[in-house]
Amino acid sequence: MLNYVIKRVALAIPTLLILIVISFLLMHAAPGGPFTSEKPLPPQVMANIAAKYGLDQPLWKQMVNYIWGILTHFDFGPSFKYKDRTVNDIIAQGFPITLTYGFYSFVVAIVTGMALGIAAAVKQNTWIDYFAVGISIGAQVLPNFVMAPILVLIFTLWLNWLPGGGWNGGQWQYLVMPVIALSTSYMASIARITRSSMLEVLNTNYIRTAKAKGLPWSKVIIRHALKPSLLPVISYLGPAFVGLITGSVVIDMYFSTGGMGYFFVNSATNRDYSVMMGITILVGTLTVLFNLIVDLLYAWIDPKIRY
Amino acid sequence: MSIFAKSLAAGFLAVSMAATPVVAANPAAGEKLAEDQTFTYSTIDEISSLDPQIVEDVSGSNVARDLFEGLLNQDAEGNLVPGVAESWESNAEKNLYTFHLRDNAKWSDGTPVTANDFVYAWRRLADPKTASPYSWFAEIMAIDGVGPVLAGEADPSTLGVKAIDDHTFQVKLSASLPYFAAMTTHPSTFPTPQAVIEKFGTDWTKPENIVSNGAYVLTEHIPNERMVRERNPMYWDNEHTVIDKTVLLVINDENAAHTRYLAGELDLGPVPTGQYKRLKAEYPDETHSVPSLCTYYYNYNMRDSGPEALKDVRVRQALSYAIDRSIITENILQAGQIPAFTFTPGATAGFTVPKVAFGEMTQAERDAKAVELLAAAGYGKDNPLKVEVLYNTSEGHKKIAIAITQMWKQKLGVEATLANMEWKTFLQNKSEGNFDVARAGWCGDYNEASTFLDLLTTDSGYNDSKYSNPEVDRLMAEAKTMDDPSANYTKVEEIIAEDMPVIPVYHYASVLMLKPNVKGWPFQNVEGKWYSRELYKTAE
Amino acid sequence: MLVDKNKLEATAERMAGMDTVKGRSLWADARTRFMRNKAAVISLFVLMLVILFAFTGQFFAAWSNEEIDWAILGQVRELGYPSFETGHYFGADELGRDLYARVVQGSRISLMVGVVGTFIAVFVGTLYGAIAGYMGGRVDQIMMRIVDVLMAIPYMFVLILMLVVFGRSIFMLFVGIGLLSWLDMSRIVRGQTLSIKNKEFVEAAQATGVPTFRIIVRHIIPNLLGIVAIYASLIVPGMIMAESFISFLGLGVQEPDTSWGALISEGAKTMSYGTLWQLAFPLAFFVVTLFSLYFIGDGLRDALDPKDR
Repeated sequence: MLNYVIKRVALAIPTLLILIVISFLLMHAAPGGPFTSEKPLPPQVMANIAAKYGLDQPLWKQMVNYIWGILTHFDFGPSFKYKDRTVNDIIAQGFPITLTYGFYSFVVAIVTGMALGIAAAVKQNTWIDYFAVGISIGAQVLPNFVMAPILVLIFTLWLNWLPGGGWNGGQWQYLVMPVIALSTSYMASIARITRSSMLEVLNTNYIRTAKAKGLPWSKVIIRHALKPSLLPVISYLGPAFVGLITGSVVIDMYFSTGGMGYFFVNSATNRDYSVMMGITILVGTLTVLFNLIVDLLYAWIDPKIRY
Repeated sequence: MSIFAKSLAAGFLAVSMAATPVVAANPAAGEKLAEDQTFTYSTIDEISSLDPQIVEDVSGSNVARDLFEGLLNQDAEGNLVPGVAESWESNAEKNLYTFHLRDNAKWSDGTPVTANDFVYAWRRLADPKTASPYSWFAEIMAIDGVGPVLAGEADPSTLGVKAIDDHTFQVKLSASLPYFAAMTTHPSTFPTPQAVIEKFGTDWTKPENIVSNGAYVLTEHIPNERMVRERNPMYWDNEHTVIDKTVLLVINDENAAHTRYLAGELDLGPVPTGQYKRLKAEYPDETHSVPSLCTYYYNYNMRDSGPEALKDVRVRQALSYAIDRSIITENILQAGQIPAFTFTPGATAGFTVPKVAFGEMTQAERDAKAVELLAAAGYGKDNPLKVEVLYNTSEGHKKIAIAITQMWKQKLGVEATLANMEWKTFLQNKSEGNFDVARAGWCGDYNEASTFLDLLTTDSGYNDSKYSNPEVDRLMAEAKTMDDPSANYTKVEEIIAEDMPVIPVYHYASVLMLKPNVKGWPFQNVEGKWYSRELYKTAE
Repeated sequence: MLVDKNKLEATAERMAGMDTVKGRSLWADARTRFMRNKAAVISLFVLMLVILFAFTGQFFAAWSNEEIDWAILGQVRELGYPSFETGHYFGADELGRDLYARVVQGSRISLMVGVVGTFIAVFVGTLYGAIAGYMGGRVDQIMMRIVDVLMAIPYMFVLILMLVVFGRSIFMLFVGIGLLSWLDMSRIVRGQTLSIKNKEFVEAAQATGVPTFRIIVRHIIPNLLGIVAIYASLIVPGMIMAESFISFLGLGVQEPDTSWGALISEGAKTMSYGTLWQLAFPLAFFVVTLFSLYFIGDGLRDALDPKDR
């Protein structure tokens, strides 16, 4: 087990390096730079700015310096666009926000998704099943950039129950709509996965035996069927996590939550090299980490799996 | 000094020098003020910086004007009014200026604002280590010794600024600038607190560190979410300030911002593209449109490497004539924009829009003429003209580009295609000349016609068409030294209408929705500058 | 992405266990089973209609997808509603262009993104996985490590970067979206190849000296088609949704062309301004198509899965 973890962590290093190099090169290959603007700067001013940010050095040197800064001081450099801020500042401020609503979305998605999935499987081929399947596919295919304005229209403009956006330190009123908009599609996937794995488990002999022994249904499901049918849900959580980060772009844009999603898209279009690199590295690291956690969880739940 | 610098400087001539009483929020007698004096508004993007010497965007400058105060301010009409300086004088040659600072001006930590703060700030602006994107402003101000400082060849302390005593600030210029005082209203010239900057470095603008001398202090800042500035009790004119708290929300989507305005979360909100007419009908007291100092136009690529067809003046005229500008302003934008036949907007101070020939025709006449011109240039059904229109990704630009290419297609049989690029790529291609026709917009740096017309001179760094006409260059150079240059501007506009290096499409209007209980908004200010301390909210 | 990987792997395992001699009857069998699944058959029918609409709809349009109806421009809210009299069956968009023609053309693009993206994913993934699995040993090790590494890269981020860097083009979109999802495919295919490669017919081919690459293409891959078909049908909806997200960010297809994602995101912006049809029609097509694709995918999997035969 420990060996496995070490191996996985060792693999994470080349992964992140490749990610850094690809992103760095792509970013610098993009036309225009962080200081290209509609009113071009006079050459002397441009030269001073380039010197300050080290953009006058050869590309390989910039890359080496950048990676060196991260390794030695955990310094991701200054933002080129938001000049009062460093990348560390931006991440320190935005990331907890993304994490907060991401966490709640995850919880909501898992709880409601599994409930729907189990209900559908247990009552297979009844209206409950059809309803659950319909809801989950519907929730999956409705893009969250459509869901978000619909929610605002209903809860803010018509009912006047919730503020139309903002974060305000993460008070619950500000969390509700982002969490709904972000969690639905994951809820849907989880429901579908739970339903199918539950159905499979319910058809196995030991469940039939348990049932035959006269155990009440609820007990059979909770005691015997739930744990094995959890496995596929857990393996789905890894990719779902990455999806949450991508989905947060829409959330940040529409609900002005101040999370990191929008910073990423924004930094790519602004050529804010350091911010974009910082966020890519962060997301890459988290992806690696999350996949590892998911795999370990998997082994913990299913003792048959050995690494 | 570059041509550009000269022209920008010349623009300040237009600013009136009359000293009028200090402006502040000025509720009329009998108006009942609201309990809650919090003003909330939104911007589409996080501001670039809070540092006056660094900030470069419009919404950031608005914040800088609230947090800091320079030597002089402008009132809503653009007149000069005292700021930190109570009075000023210059020598006869207009190259030595002395400002007398008020003794009650204080930083938010209680220390007095002194002449040394300005010395520090101005040196900081020119210092290459600061790498200010606005350091060119110091060059335009012609401060003595600025060139070598900017190039890193001289120490910033050699700059021609000095503190005679705590309340007397003196600037030596390398040229005679009669309008120099007006330039001190620009945020890059605002004082900054040396001790704080040295202590915290770039972190000095964080709410827990920042010290400022304006009517407000920064109390909260979450990038890309919100920024709160609250009344500064140390401000010398604090008693005339009414708004206690100004909240800026960053809302990246104008439709979301609009919804939140309607939900009552904002006092000032945007008008989504194309919705002005409807909103004006539904909310007549809240929806406003005022002309602004910007022109929307299309550049022709007239470089040697550019398309052959566009070197023919008849083709350029035909394409320009065939655009029905009133459809664009009345049916697409619908927000009080003005069809443009000249490059300079009519809202510009001291500028009367000249009557150019094609502007006087009816659209039917223009269309007929366009067909004729294009045929004369040798393009027709068998040999259709092909052009590509380059624009940057945005709802508004897209609509206009589509409408214009459709007009060309349907009226002239031109095979027009669209190329849509994201912002930085677009800028790169435009400046390198990789386009046929490219969308552009220009907002005046100051309120005078040369800020527009200089752009069409041969040496202008912003002349993306690469149009060159010695007559235009001569007229514009001559205008710099004239008492009344308007005849030259008229002449230049006539030449442009004939040569057609650019297609003027419309002059901007700035549209906004403002809650009816917010008073004191400077609608007359074509440059869109406003101060929170001039606003106040009445009870409903 | 949106595929239930575990279930797919289980299916793949079962399929690999089958006797491959019965290859033909597998497909015949599957067809009968598929036809018995009502939801899947109806969905298939609906999908056919959408495809028909996308490729022949333009012949019934009164307007082209780029023509502006100058008569209603500026009064779209009042005059641009869906109507047979004006020829705007689905109404007009903000610029007075015919929404029907635009939905037809947008459907074409979106369906193509789905198909081409899937094709790239399947093609690359199958080949890669089959090679890794068949070669085994060090080659397999390295190839699968590369997959592990690539899997940890946040793809949507890289795709956004690519579209920014290389400019937006349909080609880039296809490639980018295809690149998003061949990795899972390659793993599954590799696993199945491992169990096929020891079968007699492969050994026979090896013994007669058939070149390696030819064995992979001629003998291994045909036996993988079942699982490939299932996988492909399951990722098409994901492709279409990825495209819509890209369009939402403004990095999608170039005007005057459009796609479901672009139409929906435009419609969503003007949703509360009294022109709801601009959202409703493209969204309806999008939702109906994805619903059908999901049911077809499920049906296909059940039909091809040999578990309770």
